Amino acid sequence: MTATTESFNRAYVQRHARELPEPQPQRPVAVRLRGVEKSFGAHTVLRGIDLDIPSGQFVAIVGQSGCGKSTLLRLLAGLDTPSAGQIEIAGHVVATDDDGAPDAHVRLMFQEPRLLPWARVRRNVEVGLTNTADAATRRHMANDALARVGLATRAGDWPAVLSGGQKQRVALARALVSRPWLLALDEPLGALDALTRIGMQDLIEDVWRAQCFTAVLVTHDVAEAVTLADRVLVLEDGRITADVVVGLPRPRRKGDPEAARIEGRILDHLLLRTARTEGTL
Amino acid sequence: MTGRVASRLRGALPWAVPLVVLLSWQASSDLGWIDPDVLPSPVAVAHAGWQSLRSGELLRNVEISTWRAAVGFAIGGGIGFAFGLLNGLSGMAETLTDSSLQMIRNVPHLALIPLVILWFGIGEEAKIFLVALGVFFPIYVNTLHGVRSVDPHLMEMGHAYGMSRVTLIRRVVLPGALPSIFVGLRYGLGITWLTLIVAETIAASSGIGYMAMNAREFMLVDVVVFAILIYAALGKLADSAVRVLERVCLVWNPVYRKQ
Repeated sequence: MTATTESFNRAYVQRHARELPEPQPQRPVAVRLRGVEKSFGAHTVLRGIDLDIPSGQFVAIVGQSGCGKSTLLRLLAGLDTPSAGQIEIAGHVVATDDDGAPDAHVRLMFQEPRLLPWARVRRNVEVGLTNTADAATRRHMANDALARVGLATRAGDWPAVLSGGQKQRVALARALVSRPWLLALDEPLGALDALTRIGMQDLIEDVWRAQCFTAVLVTHDVAEAVTLADRVLVLEDGRITADVVVGLPRPRRKGDPEAARIEGRILDHLLLRTARTEGTL
Repeated sequence: MTGRVASRLRGALPWAVPLVVLLSWQASSDLGWIDPDVLPSPVAVAHAGWQSLRSGELLRNVEISTWRAAVGFAIGGGIGFAFGLLNGLSGMAETLTDSSLQMIRNVPHLALIPLVILWFGIGEEAKIFLVALGVFFPIYVNTLHGVRSVDPHLMEMGHAYGMSRVTLIRRVVLPGALPSIFVGLRYGLGITWLTLIVAETIAASSGIGYMAMNAREFMLVDVVVFAILIYAALGKLADSAVRVLERVCLVWNPVYRKQ
């Protein structure tokens, strides 16, 4: 996808956003983690995580591969259960039985689009509305969500003909169509090219500002974390070792020197730690 | 314009070789190179076909053979599909049944003909049983493989998005397994006709196989050849029908959309 299409789509989203009905009042969640641990056999991935996320906050979690950030996200999304400790979303303890269906108010966006190749784009978005019985409502809401990500005209296409960035936007529409309280993003932009990535970051910021959900983004890209988040957590060896507030005004500009300064600080923290554990300091 | 003519020619190309074979066959018969008692000419075969069509014998036999094929295929395919789905989804079921099924699979089902005749005589049950047994395994193996090869990422996505087990099977597992199930379907159809030919020539009082064996007793070589051709045509017809179905059902898959 080119920058031109992205900017066209952004213009489209903005134009269309005004035509959409006012978002229904939502209940952004506060996420509270107390002493959360997760181990797989003898291998402990998360050790005693305590974390509070206020409603509507955009939190990014950065860290190196294997630091446990994806595991933390899967716990939030209800795909795994903690070995110890408690996770509360909106004051409601996340179910601890393995068979329980994940909370419908929490949606997870994966690293890959994970669209059903045998369903057309709109049907794929309707996957996010599995519990909505009425077909006409599903159709209407799916069309709205597609318009929001600038893909209103592609509703009838097969996923196979979409570009990587478009597929990920369909996945975003699928995650947002049920108007979740919490959106968990597991490196959703990791596989996209640089320009598409910037377009997607803008889109995610736009919909987050419009729909006021709480967002938790896992990424290895510190610049992306600083661009999107209100707050960046550094996860190292299963523990949160830094909690950095990013107080930059929104919508955020690219190449802000203050953002670069914060990014530098976080990188220093990450790299120093690495150097120390490797014994070079 | 020339493009359309070229594509027409291309479409006709697969028929060129059979046509040449047919023409040289007819020419050889006319020139007396082939003894009509060994292999009658195409015209003679066509004449025999016309005769049996007019007497209603052909239609009756095609009807009974097709019915046997369909019923046997539905029973064997249905059971194979059910076991494939069950064992693909449940490790417990697979541990319990798969090795037994694999053991039975290694018995050539046509080797059971003497036993089947003892059990069922030469009635319909014998033929249907053999067809069902032959069709069961290709459908079972391919359904199992298809269910197993469904992308686990998609299964996880379905679960994360609140799909119930039934919805997950209907919207993720079955469509994902479909290309593989179609392979089993086509393979199973081939086995259906093969089994039927053998079963009908050995133990039957109707059907195309019986028609051929009956003609052999009266040295009607043209009828024998015609019966063989009918089998070929029915097999090809069934295969083409599945291919059309495949293209309709798998329209989402770029591999099947081309052509």
